[in-house]
Amino acid sequence: MSRRNLDRILDTLIWLSAFFSVAVLLGILGFVFYKGLGKISLHFLTASYKTDLSGGIWPMIVTTVYLVGLSLLFVTPLGIGAAIYLEEYAKEGKLTRLITFATESLAGIPSIIYGLFGMIFFTTVLGFGFSLLSGALTMMILLLPTMLRTTQEALRSIPREYKEASLALGASRLRTLFKVILPSALPGITTGMLLSIGRVVGETAAIYLPLGMYYEIPKSVFDSGRTLSVHLYLLAKEGISFEHAYATAAVLVVVVLLMNQLTKFFKSTMEVKK
Amino acid sequence: MNCIEVNNLDFYYGDTKALKDISMEIKEKSITALIGPSGCGKSTFLKCLNRMNDLIEGTKVDGEILIYGEDIYKGDVDITALRRNVGMVFQKPNPFPMSIYDNIAYGPKSHGEKRKDVLMEIVETSLKKAALWEETKDRLNKSALGLSGGQQQRLCIARALAVEPKILLMDEPTSALDPMATQRIEELMEELGKDYSIVIVTHSMQQAARISDETAFFYLGELMEYDKTRRIFEKPKRSETERYITGRFG
Repeated sequence: MSRRNLDRILDTLIWLSAFFSVAVLLGILGFVFYKGLGKISLHFLTASYKTDLSGGIWPMIVTTVYLVGLSLLFVTPLGIGAAIYLEEYAKEGKLTRLITFATESLAGIPSIIYGLFGMIFFTTVLGFGFSLLSGALTMMILLLPTMLRTTQEALRSIPREYKEASLALGASRLRTLFKVILPSALPGITTGMLLSIGRVVGETAAIYLPLGMYYEIPKSVFDSGRTLSVHLYLLAKEGISFEHAYATAAVLVVVVLLMNQLTKFFKSTMEVKK
Repeated sequence: MNCIEVNNLDFYYGDTKALKDISMEIKEKSITALIGPSGCGKSTFLKCLNRMNDLIEGTKVDGEILIYGEDIYKGDVDITALRRNVGMVFQKPNPFPMSIYDNIAYGPKSHGEKRKDVLMEIVETSLKKAALWEETKDRLNKSALGLSGGQQQRLCIARALAVEPKILLMDEPTSALDPMATQRIEELMEELGKDYSIVIVTHSMQQAARISDETAFFYLGELMEYDKTRRIFEKPKRSETERYITGRFG
């Protein structure tokens, strides 16, 4: 085969793979929106769920927001604290290597294992029951590696000169941390939080095992609830209503896309700052 | 009068001895230049004077450094107070990513000053001392990162002055600047040398000759020669000094 022909074949293959990736995404989005958008109405978005399918998904939206809020409340301070310890305080050694290894291993565990652990440990051993609290604590463990790593990256990207300048003025280490280092790391930390939000919104297995699936709005952190993704899973798996499932899926896709755009926006502002 | 007295100072990075038996006295309200080829220990020496070397792991100090009579490496020394007394300006201008006002006010605030009117006064005086007030008085709330390199370095000098130090350490403060900006900083240093004791590390022999009263020549971690600047440049005692200042090595 001539060199020119080989080039042409390779060009076509590369073009095809690119086309395929885009086509798959557009295909899925198009399919979900085509099947789902027709069902979406103000009533569907704001009414409570009825087993006869005359209601909507309002409780699921609220539960999702609750779970996102509570999970972030737990994971953000923990992740930032651990990142600060590793980057600013700990000396490179066995302990830091162990922590890094542990968090990296955490990131590789399938999410249903987290769900199983959460169901046994938080709901049963600690007695929190199927509840927002159990769900959020489980998500905290699942999100910790992401939160830790994005914060670490953010802290690493801060010029050492800022720290030196602050210390050379006689400012304390703690003041340097809170007034100079953390504010500069904020865009990176925000990116980690947004990634976490996306993860909570999209997760199912790690959520319904400790959170349960009750279809009303939880009244306290000790109540069970049902997030959008779990709702979608049930509607489809139990064959309750594919119409509702597609509509829920459309809402979910819009939420996730919005999250991704927000993440990109924050990332770009962080890069400009550097 | 001397503001700094160094006696038999040894400094180690791990097992490497970076400074060998340095003893010198630095005069108050004058400009002392530290010169020497790269890796000769002049920057390391400078950073011993405000204990910035503490940030590097595995370093060790022997001997004593007295600043106004107090040994700054004794166990109970208040490093915050030391660094307030001994300010530092770095090689690369390093303003915080904050407004001009906040950059200057950061130091005094760190030391507990909360009164708005006092802070404003400190900001104005410091910027005036650093010859930056006229250029910045209308944009105090704008980001410091919008200033030019030379302006940023004068801002860093103003920021250092805002905590009222007696001694100002400068680590090659003009090496990242163009000749015009360098000239302005040099004029500023000469002005500040009347009220502050300035120790400056410089790679530029001309700069040392132009602005300093005393010059110390470091070579391979040793203090080879230390004298009046004119004497060093006109009649150096040691052949290494002569070869360095005439540009035959380094």
